[in-house]
Amino acid sequence: MLVLSDFLILAAILFCISVAGIFINRKNVIILLMCIELMLLSVNLNFVAFSHFLGDIGGQVFVFFILTVAAAEAAIGLAILVVLFRNRNTINVADLNSMKG
Amino acid sequence: MTSELTFLIPEIVLFVLTCIILLVDTIGSSEDKSFIYWLSQSTLIVTVVLLVFLCPDSTTHAMSMNFVSDPMGAILKIFICAYTSVVFFYSYDYLKEHELIRGEYFVLGLFAVLGMMVMVSAYSLLTIYLGLELLSLSLYAMVAMNRDSQSATEAAMKYFVLGALASGMLLYGISMLYGVSGAIDLASLSAYISQQTGNNILLIFGLVFVVVGIAFKLGAVPFHMWVPDVYQGAPTSVTLFIGSAPKIAAFGMAIRLLVDGMEGLVDSWQGMLIILAVLSMAAGNIIAISQTNIKRMLAYSTIAHIGFLLLGIISGSQSGYAGSMFYVLTYALMSMGAFGMVILLGRKGYEADTLDDFKGLAVRSPWFAFIMLILMFSMAGVPPLVGFWGKWFVIKEIIAMGHISLAAIAVLFSVIGAYYYLRIVKLMYFDKADQMTAIKAGQGMRFVLSINGLALLALGFMPGMLMALCLGAFA
Repeated sequence: MLVLSDFLILAAILFCISVAGIFINRKNVIILLMCIELMLLSVNLNFVAFSHFLGDIGGQVFVFFILTVAAAEAAIGLAILVVLFRNRNTINVADLNSMKG
Repeated sequence: MTSELTFLIPEIVLFVLTCIILLVDTIGSSEDKSFIYWLSQSTLIVTVVLLVFLCPDSTTHAMSMNFVSDPMGAILKIFICAYTSVVFFYSYDYLKEHELIRGEYFVLGLFAVLGMMVMVSAYSLLTIYLGLELLSLSLYAMVAMNRDSQSATEAAMKYFVLGALASGMLLYGISMLYGVSGAIDLASLSAYISQQTGNNILLIFGLVFVVVGIAFKLGAVPFHMWVPDVYQGAPTSVTLFIGSAPKIAAFGMAIRLLVDGMEGLVDSWQGMLIILAVLSMAAGNIIAISQTNIKRMLAYSTIAHIGFLLLGIISGSQSGYAGSMFYVLTYALMSMGAFGMVILLGRKGYEADTLDDFKGLAVRSPWFAFIMLILMFSMAGVPPLVGFWGKWFVIKEIIAMGHISLAAIAVLFSVIGAYYYLRIVKLMYFDKADQMTAIKAGQGMRFVLSINGLALLALGFMPGMLMALCLGAFA
């Protein structure tokens, strides 16, 4: 039988993977976008698990909103990515260094 | 039900009018965007009038505890709309000169305003998140508006990734708070916290993530990485916008989450905010010294000012919050004026964004050199300008709470910070100009920018009125 802490641990692991992905990845901007998605999904898992074990519907409603916002966010992120690629012909994270100081 | 909706009239009107502007902009084929611009300005004016008219004198909750109508929210919203109106005014000429004029700038700006209004009067974790995202998503798109600029798109990408990371952190914290308290409205959360005795580790765990999220959005060190790049890379009109009204909204969000929601945990978040404040004041003021780009310098100055803003919240008292509110309202005014000056000195195909562009300004235009002098002195905190009073109020509260060493650190770093503000004054008054091109800006821009500068002087001579307003908001 699965208990609440199982879900929380899984969500925490997913969250850590996504944060590590954002900071360690130096190659590809698309991977950053994937990490951001993963991060929001791990939060969703938290909400659904809490919602189920608390017997409160509020958390699931929250998940719907997060999913919607995540879709909008992905659209804007990909749009910026396209513009970036057109300007620089690269989506390498390490090349995003024209401003310093 | 109908009576509940009256609290939301300003938001609803703003939303409907913005959608109409979006339609008009899409359907109309005209290349001339002056119509869209005037529609946007009238929308903001209508919203301000409604806000003033419906200004509540007590706290009411509406929409199943998702929305709160109180004096603090109303005052913040009035300032957000009024400042945005000035920002649009400054931006209009800039966008035309730099051939960036598109209806989207104004539409996205208005949606961002709506997001900010939702943020400051949100009373549940869900509405706070939705308002924040509406603001952030609009800002990401605005930063990327200059599609052919390498630095603007790079700034947009960095802003997007770090902004999304911040939202993720905030959400993770929110999910923890929901998990322990079992509700998403702030009233139940604060009721739950007040019942707790001893340390609740899960609650603190959630709080840490929420504080990280707030620090990211405010741009406090060590979560400030996006601020300099975004300020420098974005078109100046967008930097102007990001540097003004959203700071007020972020302050509102911090108050809602930390004070309305988690005042019971004040001992826990005080310590976290002290670290953020000290690091922000130190890093902001010291790194700003080595900058040659004025937009980047002002970005580090923002970080330093955020440190001061946090001091008022740290004090954990009503008058401390009021001091912070005074600080953020006046800081947004100064920041607007400073970026307005950058816009004023620019011209077609030329951005006046290096410090050298200010050399010899006193010869080129004595009046605007004087306005810039007021702005810089006010940011540095020289009396009798309003920047001095902002610092005075928050430091006074910190001392009243017994954090003498924190107050000493704040004063020390504001002295270090004075160096780079005064350097601009030196460049303007004592250096020879590299270029003697006359300032091209139109009469309206000159007039409003002068008012903006003189307002700092006027508020400096009589800070009492604004301070009374802020104290009233927390009474």
